[in-house]
Amino acid sequence: MSSASGGLSFDRPRLWMPVGMVIFLLGLVLTFQRFYFGLGAVTNLTDRQPWGLWVGFDVLCGVALAAGGFVLTGIVHLLNFERYKSVLRPTVLSAFLGYILVSVGLLYDLGKPWNIWHAMIMWNPHSVMFEVAWCVMLYSTVLALEFSPIVLEKLGQDKALRVMRAFTLPLVIAGILLSTLHQSSLGTVFLIVPGKLHPFWYTNLLPIHFFLSAVSVGFAMVILESFVSGWLFRKSLETRVIADLGQFMVVALMLYLIVRLQDLNFKVGLLNIFDGSIESWFLVSELSLFLLPLLLVFLFRNRMKAGVLAISAASTMGAVVLNRLNVGIVGMARSGGFSYFPSWREFALSLFLVTGGVTVFILCVKYLPIFPESGQEAISEKVE
Amino acid sequence: METLGMLIDFTECIGCGECVKACQQFNSLPPNPDPEHLSDRNYTVVLRYEEQYYRKLCMHCQDPTCASVCPVGAFTKTEQGRVLYNADKCMGCRYCMMACPFGVPRYQWSKAIPVIKKCVFCIHEVNGGKETACSWVCPMGATRLGRRHHLLDIAWSRIRRHPDRYVPYVYGENDAGGTSVLLLSGVPFEQLGYRMDLPQGPMPQLTWQVLSKIPSIVLTGGVLLGGLSWIINRRIQIETGDLKENELAGDKEKEVGDE
Ligand code: SF4
Ligand code: SF4
Ligand code: SF4
Repeated sequence: MSSASGGLSFDRPRLWMPVGMVIFLLGLVLTFQRFYFGLGAVTNLTDRQPWGLWVGFDVLCGVALAAGGFVLTGIVHLLNFERYKSVLRPTVLSAFLGYILVSVGLLYDLGKPWNIWHAMIMWNPHSVMFEVAWCVMLYSTVLALEFSPIVLEKLGQDKALRVMRAFTLPLVIAGILLSTLHQSSLGTVFLIVPGKLHPFWYTNLLPIHFFLSAVSVGFAMVILESFVSGWLFRKSLETRVIADLGQFMVVALMLYLIVRLQDLNFKVGLLNIFDGSIESWFLVSELSLFLLPLLLVFLFRNRMKAGVLAISAASTMGAVVLNRLNVGIVGMARSGGFSYFPSWREFALSLFLVTGGVTVFILCVKYLPIFPESGQEAISEKVE
Repeated sequence: METLGMLIDFTECIGCGECVKACQQFNSLPPNPDPEHLSDRNYTVVLRYEEQYYRKLCMHCQDPTCASVCPVGAFTKTEQGRVLYNADKCMGCRYCMMACPFGVPRYQWSKAIPVIKKCVFCIHEVNGGKETACSWVCPMGATRLGRRHHLLDIAWSRIRRHPDRYVPYVYGENDAGGTSVLLLSGVPFEQLGYRMDLPQGPMPQLTWQVLSKIPSIVLTGGVLLGGLSWIINRRIQIETGDLKENELAGDKEKEVGDE
């Protein structure tokens, strides 16, 4: 089994070691500051804008970017598209790690993180946050269970493995439902702030926008992960199979943009988004990133090259990240009197978390059967 | 409605700041370097707009947004009408600060163990009646405590008697679904930073509309997904010839109908 690490090329990760160490040490110091001196010591948050980078990036983006998990498990196990199976494990792993990062990020952001378990016993079903908390908790469990066969396989626990496999389908369905709920609910969170969130983003369709964009970025993440693992570990899907995924992504994107642009046109008028305000710049950049993949796919529809696919997927990822930051930070800035811009410490701690996640991912790839044994050839065989 | 309320008539306020001082004292708040802004050491402020003074404090909403958004139910609306916060439950997510339509709750940013701070509608039994610290000390009676519906009557009769003195609006009668604190002013409320664009019904409805649909989404979604995978798996079995011919005929029709 450990031969899974055979194809790893560790020269590339090694280059990053010194950088990683600096980020890591800095992260530890800042972590101490955060918990010893309080949020004010490391963040620029104010009473007027109490949510910042950690909610906007660590939580909102983190959850959105981990959407690859439910999207791909759905396609493979529910719709039975076997040919994507080889990226299933890395995707589930990165989704699982993504949710762990979100939870850790939340521990940094919460004022009293040691009370986080209160959400389990002090119910307030009227609170969106309460619902999100439960869904994230349950879905992380689902991901852990979906991931468990990989560990069991490594440990050679065949009996347990068979038991877990029997539960695959119910788990996948539970995962899709839970994801649908909390991906959209992160949009619902902002329904309570009419007049505070800029009208460019505030709409009662926020939950639907959040869900559809999460599905789009789910596909984008699978594509990107495939490229990155190809670059890092020399294992990836065939370009043709990735192009298939790209089509799914484009369809999801089109659906999203139809709903979004119609809604935007109805609420503020499409021409009014070019009003030259700060919000306008952010909105137009965001929409351009959403539109770029469609343009590329239209231009290159007959010859989908790997490069085009990678750029489309990266653009989608950038668009969703910007969208979440716009809703969480930029759109709230005016009502908060423009009192907040993230401190370098907030950036550094976010980077620290991401670095931690990437490190664990690399370790998992090294010690667990994440990628199919014989790499590229095995995948190609399956496809043909 | 038998809940208590406070009526603050800005036109009667002389800006003496006695209420701010009394609030500090009665609620044992630490000395406050910045009396102009609400903060974790300051539950109320007296500000000036042109010729008129006005106050800010928690409005003690009838259907409080802060209470509805808090994932652990740290806020409660008491029978008397006060909106109170329980620091032992709070986990510090600050959603209440985001959501409060009046921008009231304040946070202890520089504490390792922070809590949310805001006006507590500090009812004291004095002189055989009920008073809050601020209503009790006000030399002009600009802030007064009473039954909410009674205060509403007073407010409207004042507006009717002196239409030249007031803008014809009792702030808090219906704003954000109504508040226990009611305001009268001589200048338009927007000028004082009081939002006039708030929903006239309870704010928690905004999210409840969506949240209340969840059980049916889960049920429908579960059945749909389960059915979908059942159909697809069946198809694959058919394709790979696992099913017998005669079963197949019946199944085909059903699937066409499902599509
Ligand atoms: S004004 Fe804000 S803090 Fe006060 S009760 Fe209403 S929602 Fe809660
Ligand atoms: S900060 Fe505390 S009181 Fe406010 S919503 Fe979060 S848990 Fe509730
Ligand atoms: S009711 Fe009490 S706590 Fe609230 S502002 Fe007045 S004095 Fe302060």
